[in-house]
Amino acid sequence: MVEKSRSSAGYPKNLRFYADVLLRALFLLIVFNLLYAALSPGPLLARISAYNLLFPGRLRLPYGENPERDYNMSLSSLEAMFASHEISGKPKSASEFRVVLIGDSSIWGFLLPPEQTLAAYINEAEIELPDGRAVHAYNLGYPVMSLAKDLLILSEAMAYDPDLIIWPVTLESFPEDKQLSHPLLQQNPDKVRALNEKYLLDLDVQSPGQIQAPFLNDTIIGSRRSLADLLRLQLYGVMWAATGIDHEIPEVYIPRQEDLPADTNFHNIPGPAFNTSDLAFDLLFTGQRIAGQVPVILVNEPIFLSQGRNSHIRYNFFYPRWAYDDYRQHLSTLSRENVWVYIDLWDAVDKDQFTNSAIHMTPEGTRQFARLLIESIIEIAGSSAPALE
Amino acid sequence: MTLVQILVFIAFTLLVRWLCPRHWRGWFVLGGSLLAVFWLQPSTPVRNLDFWLPAASIALTVLTWAVIRPAETSRRVPWVTGMILIAGSFLTVGLLRYLPGLCCLTPSRPPQLIQIIVAVAVILVLFTLVFRFSPGKNWVSTAGIGLLIILFVILKSPALAGLASSGLRGVQGQSADLATFTDLPWLGFSYLAFRLIHALRDFQTNKLPPVSLKEFSVYALFYPAVTAGPIDRLQRFLPDLRGATQTEAIEDTIQGSERIFFGIMKKFVLADSLALISMNSQNAIQANSTIWMWVLLYAYAFRLYFDFSGYTDIAIGLGRLAGIRLPENFDKPYSKPDLTAFWNSWHITLAQWFRAYFFNPLTRSLRTRYRAAPAWSVILIGQLSTMILIGLWHGITWSFFAWGAWHGSGLFIHNRWVEWRRSRSPAVESHPSGSKISGFLGGLVTFNFVLLGWVWFAMPDPDMALVVFLKLFGR
Repeated sequence: MVEKSRSSAGYPKNLRFYADVLLRALFLLIVFNLLYAALSPGPLLARISAYNLLFPGRLRLPYGENPERDYNMSLSSLEAMFASHEISGKPKSASEFRVVLIGDSSIWGFLLPPEQTLAAYINEAEIELPDGRAVHAYNLGYPVMSLAKDLLILSEAMAYDPDLIIWPVTLESFPEDKQLSHPLLQQNPDKVRALNEKYLLDLDVQSPGQIQAPFLNDTIIGSRRSLADLLRLQLYGVMWAATGIDHEIPEVYIPRQEDLPADTNFHNIPGPAFNTSDLAFDLLFTGQRIAGQVPVILVNEPIFLSQGRNSHIRYNFFYPRWAYDDYRQHLSTLSRENVWVYIDLWDAVDKDQFTNSAIHMTPEGTRQFARLLIESIIEIAGSSAPALE
Repeated sequence: MTLVQILVFIAFTLLVRWLCPRHWRGWFVLGGSLLAVFWLQPSTPVRNLDFWLPAASIALTVLTWAVIRPAETSRRVPWVTGMILIAGSFLTVGLLRYLPGLCCLTPSRPPQLIQIIVAVAVILVLFTLVFRFSPGKNWVSTAGIGLLIILFVILKSPALAGLASSGLRGVQGQSADLATFTDLPWLGFSYLAFRLIHALRDFQTNKLPPVSLKEFSVYALFYPAVTAGPIDRLQRFLPDLRGATQTEAIEDTIQGSERIFFGIMKKFVLADSLALISMNSQNAIQANSTIWMWVLLYAYAFRLYFDFSGYTDIAIGLGRLAGIRLPENFDKPYSKPDLTAFWNSWHITLAQWFRAYFFNPLTRSLRTRYRAAPAWSVILIGQLSTMILIGLWHGITWSFFAWGAWHGSGLFIHNRWVEWRRSRSPAVESHPSGSKISGFLGGLVTFNFVLLGWVWFAMPDPDMALVVFLKLFGR
């Protein structure tokens, strides 16, 4: 029989008592961790969100390089990202023509406030279709240049019943080595693997970043960072609601490069033309398959055209001329052969309307881009025939 | 303190408490405290200052002890051991620059060894001079208090701190153009200075017990409390250190661990989460509605409380592991029914310090000198000046001045209200339900008064504070 002696403060002094408490605590810790790992409630927890409830839904997916100033953050849970977005806020009504935009940072709106992105300008036009439906565009761009990332987001977006998908792309999203390099793809290996298997893709799912995480990573302890991220995203919702800011736009930034290096390589490919295996054109087919019956407008997005040093061999910092010309040719041919709706807007925006990179645009540049897209939206939405080119 | 530092302190304290013979514990705690002062020091852009600032903390401590030392110390030699330990800590930290695997305890590489040896020699010379010639000379302790206040004013006033940084940068051969007032983050100086002033002042009034150099250094630089207090009194600290009031190690370990756990939760979970949505000079301008401005302000108020009281819990818990009961600094301050009660439960040790060394002597002096002056005027001057000084303790800026004046005025108004109510409606006070209602209303008013006061505290200048007030009230 254990003697239950107590100190003046009421604390039992017996060492065995404390050992007992510690053992029980350890037992419960192990049980809860194993249960968590077995049940994998992560995606379910990620869908619990105060956005669209206490705070307005975000106008674009969460992304932040400097969370304290952006009031926004990057995280890996697609469920949480979508749950915080306005698209999760309400089911589509009969009077809504739902347009989703996927793509890279120029679509997300890098260096632009949320009300001056491509989607925002489309909404600003208040397009009403002949059948009375109002066009509402949702910004589902994300600042990563990878077609595989676009597919990942598109496959999630399909649950929100879009009527039209606008998919702006640029050559930098096509190289094979860029497809799975971003943490967003590496931290969603199950989803990437599922896409790979379902659509028989050629993604390197055996790369180190895509290896199945060990069991311990599924426990509460292993998932502590992603759980903390979910909480932080909710807290930043307060700041989003209070300020309407989701991206810090510095007053001064380093402008896109006008004078270019005398280098004609593109991702170590010397040219003068791509091999079929150099670029992931196959992912465009997958995008069309994911979209199914929903029309897709494939857009070659505007780029900055330099007139500085070495501009005779390069268009801009990203692209040697041969590479970009060859890519455009391929994209055009593929679209024609497969009867895809394709718009090539590569030179549609004035060179002065680019900010810190060859694809990021000023509000005015984005507005020019939006105007051109609006024409296509009206045309596509008004008729089912995909014949824009 | 980071989580890693807290874990190291827990391990060190438990080792000392459980494995060290009792008569050696004090020395180990002193050794740990001396190294912790260097380890906890934040980095600074002024070269080597992250070594010299903690070194100066130790130097000020030993010099203060030389002033307040017991008269019979000259016949003993324990101070010699203490001095060797202190000089040894300088050299140990300095020598780490030559051990690539262990370098460095300070945020950047310590200065050359020869500079450290010269510094130790200078401190020893100063120490010997003060040790030999201070007994019987009251002006030395007064000069000590003056020096600490001057240092305090320099560090806390942006203009002077900027000038000091320029000077120090010049000495180190760095550009003075880049000097800013944030260049001098002297770890825990506000708390150290108040401990030292307390010792010097109590020495002047013969209230100080005899204390050895080892004991005094542990008191002033005790590693759990060196960063953010509490500001203990030597008379209370000594019996614990000497083991006179020591409880059983197992009980201290359990209660200390419990306290540290709650402290970590408060600081690293609650406060750090609330920090993301707390009002600051950036988001106060960006907030676009009254309701959200209030939300940011509420978040700031609770973040401040959880952050500071969390640190205090960790300090008290670590102290408890070592067998030393540090004083409480918070007692549910936001639930108090009036402002006086709030100030008896918010940063208690600082308020007690000011009460003992400023408010009480001032009001006593005013009452003695100006017997004809009405009581309310003495209270007004006493409370306003005390609270303004408490404000300026945080930094010598107009914002902290305004925050102090806000609370000083509040305390005075509360004092007058209590007097008025006592004379007019004693029946309401004595009735149980009347007392409950007035307690609830008082709590509501007090909390919101304190809450609005944080606007002065959080904003860098009064103009911005006024902008926030306008937003809070819908303008």
